[in-house]
Amino acid sequence: MVTSTEAWEVLGRVADPEIPVISVTDLGIVREIIADEDGVEVIVTPTYAGCPATEVIRASIEDALRAAGATSVLISTRLFPPWTTEWIAPKARKRLREYGIAPPHALPLDEQPILFAPRRLPVECPRCRSDDTERLSQFGATACKAVYRCMTCREPFEYFKPL
Amino acid sequence: MRATLVQTGAELQYLLRIGDSSLILGQRLSEWCGHGPILEEDIALTNIALDLIGQARLLLSATGELEGRSRDEDQLAFTRPENEYRNVSLVELPNGDFARTMLRNFLFAAFQGPLWEALRTSAYEQLAAIAAKSAKETRYHLRHAADWTVRLGDGTEESKQRMQRALDYLWPYTSELFTPTAEDDAVVESGFGVAWSTLQPAWEAAVLPVLDLAGLKVPARTPFVSSGKSGRHSEHMGHLLSELQYLQRTYPGNAW
Repeated sequence: MVTSTEAWEVLGRVADPEIPVISVTDLGIVREIIADEDGVEVIVTPTYAGCPATEVIRASIEDALRAAGATSVLISTRLFPPWTTEWIAPKARKRLREYGIAPPHALPLDEQPILFAPRRLPVECPRCRSDDTERLSQFGATACKAVYRCMTCREPFEYFKPL
Repeated sequence: MRATLVQTGAELQYLLRIGDSSLILGQRLSEWCGHGPILEEDIALTNIALDLIGQARLLLSATGELEGRSRDEDQLAFTRPENEYRNVSLVELPNGDFARTMLRNFLFAAFQGPLWEALRTSAYEQLAAIAAKSAKETRYHLRHAADWTVRLGDGTEESKQRMQRALDYLWPYTSELFTPTAEDDAVVESGFGVAWSTLQPAWEAAVLPVLDLAGLKVPARTPFVSSGKSGRHSEHMGHLLSELQYLQRTYPGNAW
């Protein structure tokens, strides 16, 4: 049998398939774990409704728990409250930056202007920490990221958008 | 195996209308995959398509659950005939050029925003949860499309002309968003949903200032009202569905 504490530790080592430097628990999508003699139930809140990584994440969670000795694994979805980038663990934000992705601002989404990029809070280059950056595209390789360019070190980088 | 007819329950029709509108626009935007004018926009359009299809999956699953006939999201998407689709006609129109695609995204996201806000308090908990989740994503769609609307409308002679042409083409189809229906009345009564007609002021407040900033001339309203939400679609819908449903129609029940 796998206890809930053990299950949290196991999932702390299950990497996000798109951003392998952070785990599914760092990402804040694991909301609750219920473990007893019958097995483990993991309650997950999806990031983006159409995120193609969702299926892979569910499979990785199940595989990891089975490998740790869980006889039965149930993964349920909880939509409410919706996932927010504020659930990303503080230590994971640092790892995102080291990986070359600017972590999301804590700016509440509703306060952002609809038109044009928010200029109130600059997006800092994860490599040289310069504030002099510009947005190239509102959507990057995945819906959760935008593409920026640093005007100081001239490197392009991704920004994890606040959601 | 023939799909059973959707029951006439107002709640089901209302849910389908929202889910189908997301699904069909998602399908249209997917057509841009590999054809975007620049790589970044190709990726943006397909990302937005994914968000919309994600919304549709949640909404169609919720519809299937509520219907209680063990139809899942896939059966609802792939086995319903055209007249059982309840999406507004606006989303099924061909993409046209990049200007028309962007402008439609803008007009539709500006509608989805107030819709999600209103549905957060739906008596149907699942719908309220989907609305709260989708509201966040729609905000990014709106910002993206509003940027392009202004950039192209206030751009070169050519881009301005294309944007104006797109507005003239799409504008008549926006009337349908706000026409009252019996389903709207029923879902308001039960606390399940909001009457779409009440969303018009919020939509106009989001749309008109951006069109103005883009230097576009808003066409006058005409008596034309499209009828997708009652299942009477434009000539484009059948072609879209033949592509969307091809695999399940050819190999029913196939999975991989």
